[in-house]
Amino acid sequence: MGKKMSAADITYNVLCGIVFAVFSIICIFPFYYLFICTISDPSLVEVGKIVFLPKGLTLKNYREVLRLPNLGNSALVTLGRTVLGTASSLFVTSYLAYFFTRTEMWGRKFWYRAVVATMYFSAGMIPVYLNNKMLGLLNSFWIYIVPGLVGVYNMILVKTSMESVPAELEESAVLDGAGYLTRFTKIILPLQKPILATVGLFTAVGHWNDFFTTQLYITKPKLYTLQFLLYEFQNQVKNAASQINSASEAAGVGGSNIQPTGIRLTLTAIVIIPIMLVYPFIQKYYVKGVMIGAVKG
Amino acid sequence: MGTKKKQWNRFKVFLYALPAIALVFIFHYMPLWGWSFAFFQYKPGKSLFDCAFVGWDNFTTLFGNVVMRKNLLRVLLNTFGIHFLGYLFSPLPLLFAVFLSEMHNKKFQKFVQSVTTLPNFIGWVIIYSLVNSFFSTSGLVNNLLMGLGITSEPFNLMTSGDHVWIRMVLLQQWKNLGWSAIVYFASIAGIDQEMFEAAMVDGANRMQRIRYISIPMLIPTFFVLLIMSIGNFLNTGVDQYLAFGNALNKETIEVLDLYVYNLGIGSGQISFSVAVGIMKSAVALVLFGMANFASKKIRGTSVF
Repeated sequence: MGKKMSAADITYNVLCGIVFAVFSIICIFPFYYLFICTISDPSLVEVGKIVFLPKGLTLKNYREVLRLPNLGNSALVTLGRTVLGTASSLFVTSYLAYFFTRTEMWGRKFWYRAVVATMYFSAGMIPVYLNNKMLGLLNSFWIYIVPGLVGVYNMILVKTSMESVPAELEESAVLDGAGYLTRFTKIILPLQKPILATVGLFTAVGHWNDFFTTQLYITKPKLYTLQFLLYEFQNQVKNAASQINSASEAAGVGGSNIQPTGIRLTLTAIVIIPIMLVYPFIQKYYVKGVMIGAVKG
Repeated sequence: MGTKKKQWNRFKVFLYALPAIALVFIFHYMPLWGWSFAFFQYKPGKSLFDCAFVGWDNFTTLFGNVVMRKNLLRVLLNTFGIHFLGYLFSPLPLLFAVFLSEMHNKKFQKFVQSVTTLPNFIGWVIIYSLVNSFFSTSGLVNNLLMGLGITSEPFNLMTSGDHVWIRMVLLQQWKNLGWSAIVYFASIAGIDQEMFEAAMVDGANRMQRIRYISIPMLIPTFFVLLIMSIGNFLNTGVDQYLAFGNALNKETIEVLDLYVYNLGIGSGQISFSVAVGIMKSAVALVLFGMANFASKKIRGTSVF
């Protein structure tokens, strides 16, 4: 800055620096701690001997986790729903957004309002559940994909972005005889890459983190996701804990199939790693996402 | 183009959009038929036609039956309690953004922003795992406290039913604070720099600039976000409470959404849970109407 800092400036920088640094540590340390637990000796983790540094370095946890019978399958389901769910949702959502930008659409205002209204009004969890059950989506992989094909909020974002494309671009294509579908796929859609990246990353993270859909609609272990697997393991521990607390069945009833701490932590790490890997890309786009959202709201 | 051809073209555009619009109707409007369950005494496994029509009985039972009423009041209290505590923290993102952007070390700013935004992208099941590794009986916090001789016995925060509301709200803050601040960072970047320069010429120090320029400029955004959140007052989602709930803290952690889930899916009381859901939707609609009205009055534009 070239200017000399006054005493007040120094105090401000030191005080704020400490506050923000502490909060940053609180945000990042749990991830570090989780990681060092997963590469430490499981027996030391179990009794809580790990503090700030890993002890008894080993990859045993990871080997054990990879041997879990359901893991490969769940990873495949999770990956599949994330990739397929995001890609299909992006396409259908922007498809609808494109036609809503066409002012000549019959009844456009009415349909648009009817679609947007669903953001503020819901029939409720149980009626939605009954409806999906009636549609045959119970215990089906498609429950992960089909209900989310049109993301209404994302549709608004994409539509807003499409509206900023100069009309001349499309008009010249019309003169060349291009139909709506050609104009959508060849002219409009390729111009939406930034907003699609933003929306796509958020949709993907949503897919990756979802466990409630599995909890609600899936009973077949073949269709479990990684997040749900982790949730199940946690529930086993919770149930055992409350049984012990009720003191009626003290000695390990059902305790034998509880996954050890090391396994649960390692599974957590495996679920986090992909998020960490895409995080730098998310970062590039999220500010934009928040801003369009805020401008719209 | 003739008018007839034009008309047909208008309709053709609609036909193109129809499959996507139909999806919205199938997954958002069609579930409304499920509301009829609230007016029958539904038994799982039976067809609705074989069940007795009871009119508004399910609704009156919800308030008339002592146990039902007690449960409903309890989960409403939990929902309100957690939300009100959350509102107490609502100025935090604004202050976070103001104070951080007044620190002129850009690298530090960037670092803090990246690190504090990360938890927003982590799901609640994972957060449970992280919290558990800190606060369970063999977790880091207990180890440190016992190692330093501050406590002699480990405490288990994960199963404790005490202070559940504030713990849930603090976790939400950990997850969302950095993320919620982004909108304010962007607003700050939009403030006319000349204002700050003029204030500096007039001899305003940093705290005065924060007090008289930054904060007042961000207050409108703050109120808009606050108003918008009113419409969501009853929506808490279930992820967090499902992940952190257990038999021992059920009384204080069960929010309205989780109650509907437990009642309908857990105990198979479809009729009652739909009735609760209908009332929730009705209240949400009223709240949203109020938020919209307030937004119109204050900003001159409606949300919808």
